[in-house]
Amino acid sequence: MTTSRGRHRLGALVFLAPGLTYIVVLVLVPLALVLSFTFFQRGRFGGVIYEFTTENFARAIDPLYLGVVGTSLKIAALTTLIALALGYPTAYLIARLPRRWKTIALIAIVLPFWTNFIIRMYAWIILLNGPGLVNSGFELFGLGPYELLYNQGAIVAGLLYSYLPLMVLPLYAAIEKLDPQLREASANLGASGFTTFRRVTLPLTLPGVLTGSMFVFVPSFANFVIPEMLGGGKTLMVGNLIRNEFLKARDWPFGSTLATALVAVLVLLLLAQAWAARRA
Amino acid sequence: MLKIDGVTRRFGDVTALDGVSLEIGQGEFFALLGPSGCGKTTLLRIIAGFETPDSGTVTLDGDDLLAAPPNRRPISLMFQSYALFPHMTVARNVAYGLEQEKLPRQGIRKRVGEVLETVGLAEHGDRRPAQLSGGQRQRVALARSIVKRPRLLLLDEPLSALDKKVRADMQLELKRLQHEVGITFVVVTHDQEEAMSLADRIAVFHNGRVCQVDEPVALYERPRTPFVAGFVGASNLFEGTAGEGGGLSTGGFGVLPGTPLPDVAPGVEALLCVRPENIALTDADADVPAADAAEVADAADAADAADAADVVDVAADADAAADAADAGDADVADVAGTAGRAGDSVGASEAGAGAGGAGEGGGDGLLRGSVLDVSFYGGVSHLSIDVPGHPKPVLVAVQGAGAVRPGVKVRLDWDASDAVVIPRDTR
Repeated sequence: MTTSRGRHRLGALVFLAPGLTYIVVLVLVPLALVLSFTFFQRGRFGGVIYEFTTENFARAIDPLYLGVVGTSLKIAALTTLIALALGYPTAYLIARLPRRWKTIALIAIVLPFWTNFIIRMYAWIILLNGPGLVNSGFELFGLGPYELLYNQGAIVAGLLYSYLPLMVLPLYAAIEKLDPQLREASANLGASGFTTFRRVTLPLTLPGVLTGSMFVFVPSFANFVIPEMLGGGKTLMVGNLIRNEFLKARDWPFGSTLATALVAVLVLLLLAQAWAARRA
Repeated sequence: MLKIDGVTRRFGDVTALDGVSLEIGQGEFFALLGPSGCGKTTLLRIIAGFETPDSGTVTLDGDDLLAAPPNRRPISLMFQSYALFPHMTVARNVAYGLEQEKLPRQGIRKRVGEVLETVGLAEHGDRRPAQLSGGQRQRVALARSIVKRPRLLLLDEPLSALDKKVRADMQLELKRLQHEVGITFVVVTHDQEEAMSLADRIAVFHNGRVCQVDEPVALYERPRTPFVAGFVGASNLFEGTAGEGGGLSTGGFGVLPGTPLPDVAPGVEALLCVRPENIALTDADADVPAADAAEVADAADAADAADAADVVDVAADADAAADAADAGDADVADVAGTAGRAGDSVGASEAGAGAGGAGEGGGDGLLRGSVLDVSFYGGVSHLSIDVPGHPKPVLVAVQGAGAVRPGVKVRLDWDASDAVVIPRDTR
């Protein structure tokens, strides 16, 4: 009995080995390295001096850096809220389409992912820049040109564009799963359409709302490419800061500290989301 | 009270409802009965406001119902799936409808408490639906439907999700409740037993049309179409033409006794429907002394013969046998074949029975066959009997565990009053 079970485990290990190796070598080991760097000092010309210090943590809560965190929070939260406002009605409508149109709509939602991310960002630059398409449109009405590029608005637009599908898909799954008879029951009991939404549909799709919000908030908060490209490097977000510490300031210990803090915050958020979803 | 007039609804090529008209009275327990896909649920959804008919009108006490959105109709619907709100407690579920009426909180709490008391769930107000059994959930759904005191309560397959034992309890419970609250109930079901036991009147649906609206007993005893005969209870159908003096002329079996419906004219293509429990069964091998007795043409002897004939189990009781004996003169054996002609007077059935009984004596019977199969259901047994010349086995129900074994040769007889001659359905 025990031997057969032992053999069973051994067999399972053989199948798990490739994936497990991959995760250990490429995720867990780097994570452990980054974590360990947080307690060391930077070298004068880059590199790491392996002497214990807590100075990195003291520096991380400097108002200068907290301000960057605040900006990142603001931009990520705004992106998430707009994504929710746009994504919920979209997901709701798709869930009520006939089956054939549902598939087409869902493919259309994920279609942008099939094009390279950087290329799509360049496309936004072309759209938003001075003589770009959007300003040309305004010009037809005698308006503009406006400064559309290289500000926080452009960052939010880029983030929104990139991560909106990640909001729509979990919302769609949640709304689709909802028994349509619950809405009918609510109407039958005398509730208006709005009351039905507020008291039945929304509470029951809340897990989807939380998941979608997390999917948008997390990559928005940590993003550094979009602030760089569409923000013109004028707006510093946490992601930019971390990259600058590693690549420009060559301060790996401090970069590691910021990265660890970021991961810790996001893990806490995920835990909170899991907890809320279990209760809902 | 509820008047449905000429309601038609099509989905693409499919006609779900085809000119349905019904009138349901105040306080009535009405059933819409039919197989799945017959349109009954579509009609229910139209009444509740979740579907709109292509044509026709629906009025409630004279008010046009179709003009009102679903949330403004004084109608409650109990969903087949119950559709309880999973994120609310039982009490919140029940209170939901009252909260929409903007009633004071105290009043809502009082009425929720009362109605939970009525359905026997006063202790369970704080539970979530997922923590309840199927029967309890059904009670919550019922409580949620009646707490608003609707003018009309629609129930969509109310008992189908329950197991057999709970079903029987809930069936009684529903009837009790209906008497108590005095609301008009309209129940949709595919289960004819459920419809028969619950409803005051039943409308049988088939292919989007109403075949027959009647009280349960009338529906069972006088089905007006072959579909109703087949759907409501088990039945045996014989093809032929309506006989001159009643009964059914068949090619292979002569004239079978039966009572024609008023609209069946002699000579038209018709079907004869006889219920399994109305067929009397006699052992065909025991007919030799009976035949002798018939030749003697002595009433007393004939009665003896009837006794002597090994009556396996007969729905037609001993009196029928006595009638047979009374009627028994030398000619009875001849009469047997044409029993159905005996006419439609009160005497007709007796004559028919007599003829049938005499048929036993004559060793003929209306039909002869051999037992194919016996199934015991506790209380009753169903026998299927192969009758040469009839495409399907004839079903016969007998009381108790049948003593008959497969392979035994039997004679089948029935009274003219127990069989109906119905028009052949052209659709």
